[in-house]
Amino acid sequence: MTTPRIELAGVAKRFGSRQVLAGVDLAVMPGESLVIIGGSGTGKSVTLKIILGLIAPDAGSIKVDGQEVVGLNGAALDAHRARFGMLFQGGALFDSLPVWRNVSFALGGSIAARRASAVANLALVGLGADVADLKPAELSGGMQKRVALARAIAARPPIIFFDEPTAGLDPITAAVINDLIRELTTDLKITAVTITHDMHSVRTVADRVAMLHGGTIIWQGPLASLDGCDNAYVRQFITGSAHGPIRMPGAQR
Amino acid sequence: MKPFVAIGASVPGGLAAVGRLARFAVTALMRLLQPPWYPAQWLQQMLVIGWLSLPVVGLTAIFTGSALAQQIFIGGSRFNAASTVPAVTVIGVVRELGPVLGGLMVAGRVASAMAAELGTMRVTEQIDALVTLRTDPFRWLVAPRILAAVLVMPFLVLVSNALGVMGGWLLATQRLGFNSAQYLATTARYLEADDVISSLVKAGVFGFFIALMGCYHGYHSGGGAAGVGKATTNAVVSSFILILLSNLVITVIVFGS
Ligand SMILES: Nc1ncnc2c1ncn2[C@@H]1O[C@H](COP(=O)(O)OP(=O)(O)OP(=O)(O)O)[C@@H](O)[C@H]1O
Ligand SMILES: [Mg+2]
Repeated sequence: MTTPRIELAGVAKRFGSRQVLAGVDLAVMPGESLVIIGGSGTGKSVTLKIILGLIAPDAGSIKVDGQEVVGLNGAALDAHRARFGMLFQGGALFDSLPVWRNVSFALGGSIAARRASAVANLALVGLGADVADLKPAELSGGMQKRVALARAIAARPPIIFFDEPTAGLDPITAAVINDLIRELTTDLKITAVTITHDMHSVRTVADRVAMLHGGTIIWQGPLASLDGCDNAYVRQFITGSAHGPIRMPGAQR
Repeated sequence: MKPFVAIGASVPGGLAAVGRLARFAVTALMRLLQPPWYPAQWLQQMLVIGWLSLPVVGLTAIFTGSALAQQIFIGGSRFNAASTVPAVTVIGVVRELGPVLGGLMVAGRVASAMAAELGTMRVTEQIDALVTLRTDPFRWLVAPRILAAVLVMPFLVLVSNALGVMGGWLLATQRLGFNSAQYLATTARYLEADDVISSLVKAGVFGFFIALMGCYHGYHSGGGAAGVGKATTNAVVSSFILILLSNLVITVIVFGS
């Protein structure tokens, strides 16, 4: 059996009195595209940040290529992070730098080479060379998100996390982004973990789907088994119904 | 008993904060010693801190130097010692007012801006993004600001001193009837190397505290706009206090014996 690219076991995290993650077990195989679904505030973004070492877990183990990464620091932590690209939910573009320097931030080489690479990556997310010299604040929300996506993939790291890559995009642009993520995993064998609320995205991007609820993974399986799945939580989520086991605080029965 | 209990209870928290701050400062200084360095960031910060602070610092010095000369003249006249204006002005400006007022003005301008910028980067996850793009925020953000502030503040204080003395000279020659050449000659006679050196040392120390407070509070900013606002206030207030306190310490050490 091959070693999973990423393997979480019993990962727990509490913020103050809120137990956000309560023992997450999850494995992602090399070259696989996993989509994490789950309600707002269930800890999906926190899970990705914990894997990247941006937030320390309270308990549990995280292995990347079989090597434990919880508690790493210094050069070992840098080497761990060098394998990842991350699209932050809010974009997190450096607003003091023009778009092209954002996209090519992690790349080396001459200015001309970095600029050319930035323009090529912008084209992949459907943006023209004319935005390269703008500042992030001069772009619309959806354009900022796509620049952030271009930055996350620019170095073609072996593992990329996409936190809501299509949120706030029109359906056509969203489809372009979904196809791009699909191509990165299929053609370049990149391992991808995507968080999304968009069921269309799930169906294009996912090899496998996992649902986070109540601090644990309550269901996971191949994309094909999603529709036939009899888990009431998953069913409610994919049909987007207000009626079911998932209750919003304060909502009427 | 209550106040003592309250003070006692706040001691561990206060010590922990000092420890965190010390670790932050040591980390930033250690990163300055080893590559990778980002010289473009250093130069940009020197420009922002030094060049753009010149007008504020210069105006403050001219106005204060003039006012000081006027007050020394009034006070001195009571003891038939109005001729002390040039000597007391140059000592007052170079030893105390030049560095302290320059430091406070730069703190108001720069510590607040640093805290707001780093705080915004923190709450919008730009600092997290830096880390995932293999860039150490201490090297990219903190170290250049501290280095630039320490290097540029002595230069600003030199300008502040010169303009402060000039403000006094302008007022004394234009309004108080002093002879220009004599005023400048007396100024030069009473100005000693120690005064200038202590002034520059103060400037470097103030620059360090300004950048350290701006970066520390911004880097550890809490959530949202309110968190950034609080970080900015804390950066300005704490750098003011550290400037005034370290000024007193240096003055007592250099001139107190
Ligand atoms: N740095 C933090 N400090 C305190 N609480 C936090 C922090 N980060 C996240 N949380 C809390 O953890 C919970 C999960 O947050 P997270 O951002 O992972 O949600 P999410 O599943 O990504 O939701 P969404 O789909 O809305 O993005 C939230 O209740 C949030 O308040
Ligand atoms: Mg999220």
